[in-house]
Amino acid sequence: MDKLLTLRTSVVSIQLNSVTLKMLGTLLIGTLAIALMSLSAGSQWLNPIEVVKELLLSEPGQHAFVIETLRLPRVVTGFLVGGALAVSGLILQSLVRNPLASPDIIGITSGASAAAVFFLSYLAETVSALWLPFAAILGAALTSLIIYLLAWRQGVTPLRLILIGIGLVAGLGAMTTFMIVLSPIATSMMAYVWLTGSIYGSDWQDVTALLPWLLVLLPLSLMLSRTINVQELGDPVTVGLGVQVQRTRFVLLAISVALAGSAVAYAGAIGFVGLIAPHIARQLVPRSFGSLAPASLLIGGCLVVVADTIGRTAFLPLDVPAGVFVSAVGAPFFIYLLYRQHR
Amino acid sequence: MYPLESQSLSLGYDRQLIIDRLNLQIPEAQITVFVGSNGCGKSTLLKSFARLLNPQHGSVLLEGRDIHSQPTRQVARKLAILPQGPSAPEGLTVSQLVRQGRYPHQSWLQQWSEEDEKVVKKALEDTDLTALMHQSVDSLSGGQRQRAWIAMTLAQDTNTLLLDEPTTYLDLTHQIEVLDLLYDLNRRERKTIVMVLHDLNLACRYAHHIVAVNNKSVYAQGTPEEVVTEKTVRDVFQLGCRVIRDPLFGTPICIPFGKGRRLTVEQEDHEEAIA
Repeated sequence: MDKLLTLRTSVVSIQLNSVTLKMLGTLLIGTLAIALMSLSAGSQWLNPIEVVKELLLSEPGQHAFVIETLRLPRVVTGFLVGGALAVSGLILQSLVRNPLASPDIIGITSGASAAAVFFLSYLAETVSALWLPFAAILGAALTSLIIYLLAWRQGVTPLRLILIGIGLVAGLGAMTTFMIVLSPIATSMMAYVWLTGSIYGSDWQDVTALLPWLLVLLPLSLMLSRTINVQELGDPVTVGLGVQVQRTRFVLLAISVALAGSAVAYAGAIGFVGLIAPHIARQLVPRSFGSLAPASLLIGGCLVVVADTIGRTAFLPLDVPAGVFVSAVGAPFFIYLLYRQHR
Repeated sequence: MYPLESQSLSLGYDRQLIIDRLNLQIPEAQITVFVGSNGCGKSTLLKSFARLLNPQHGSVLLEGRDIHSQPTRQVARKLAILPQGPSAPEGLTVSQLVRQGRYPHQSWLQQWSEEDEKVVKKALEDTDLTALMHQSVDSLSGGQRQRAWIAMTLAQDTNTLLLDEPTTYLDLTHQIEVLDLLYDLNRRERKTIVMVLHDLNLACRYAHHIVAVNNKSVYAQGTPEEVVTEKTVRDVFQLGCRVIRDPLFGTPICIPFGKGRRLTVEQEDHEEAIA
């Protein structure tokens, strides 16, 4: 039985689950360990103790450049990207009441991909590459909006959202491939790396661009956590409990799109994080959004950091996109989930 | 003032009219049951009383005020609903489900007050689920699961409770179990209960007030003894029958005509006379 801790004052009352707190503590320690490992690993292997010293000291030491300019922003970006995708996936899975949903199904990844490839193929020569993330976010938002509008029929039902999403995603996939085939080989290579998802060459600018999104959207989604729990019981029950279903659904979709859209913009289409991380979280903490969201965030972040660390160390001097290793774990896991659901 | 009433209420999907300008009052602190043949609109009517369906014309009044003009959270503190065949997410426990019923009473600062705790505890006790509170809802039997959902609506702490076919898919034992529970709640807490039931005989046993829905309107309403007659059953269900008294409860029981193994001969003439 879960032990529940209740905090009550005249204004505030909240109940926390001790299992959640312990597990989040464990995950946090794990995250720090993974980050440290990732900072130590690379073409130049460093002693983890040296790394800690370097991070804690105020004046730069001998490894300052490698750690603080090359590796740390990459690790932080990876963590933020994975965390954002994981929470986005968690919100979507609860929204459509289907554990197999991920940011892909409402067109975030495919919309961002199509826009990014379009940018690389047709605009890269005239417009600075700094605008690539914006093109991707725009593509993601536009695609999700189109899916939402097409699914509208006196309100949006999760089933229509999924079906129309699948249709549009297939169409966008075809467009993306078409553009890659038509473009010169150098552009195709860039597009290809982007589509696999990579945080290669992330710098502090990426971190400062990504962080505000998460700082706004994560607390917002936590504030909505009770409503998210309730709407998992289906539309009639949700209405009965006094939730404005359509308004809530729109807000949650928007949060999910913004989280995944910003992540995809900076890291490319790292697919499976949004699907797997919430599932792992569900195995570890009790089933309520307030527990699942922070757990998913940490797990998703770790997944991308680990995948990226393997990617840049396993095949030195090659730097394999993190998306490859995320998918290498994700694909079999996805099949396992389908297999288990089927039984 | 009635807990629920409709005024000149018309309902329908697209262009098809299902209920036409109906005025209906639900008596307070009683069990009201809607009966009627499949597709007669009794579930549609219940949905509109639950604000799950917007009227095409007219209005539904909850405690005297238009239900659609009141904030939905406020409505949720007066009126709880249990739709047909609700489904809980995989792995959700009974206590987690029942706690959701407190939603309309909470805010993001007040997430778990003493009141919340008290009401949830009582809802679990009333439905006899305290021992099962840590089990997942999908591991329960049909009757227990339905009790868990009823407990969730009880946690909502409302005066009125609407249920759409709460006994569907349950075997007879569990049908009685669920209806007994609702009957107790009505007697003990004076809750107004409105539900759709398929089984006319059980409806007669548990309802104080029966509403027979037919032809876009109410064919008859009143006590089961007044409403459930051979004529009503013939007109509303297009079924010939005999209505007798339940030997245990004295409430009306409808025995349909038709085919089947016949071990007596005495009723045959009578049946043919009616048919």
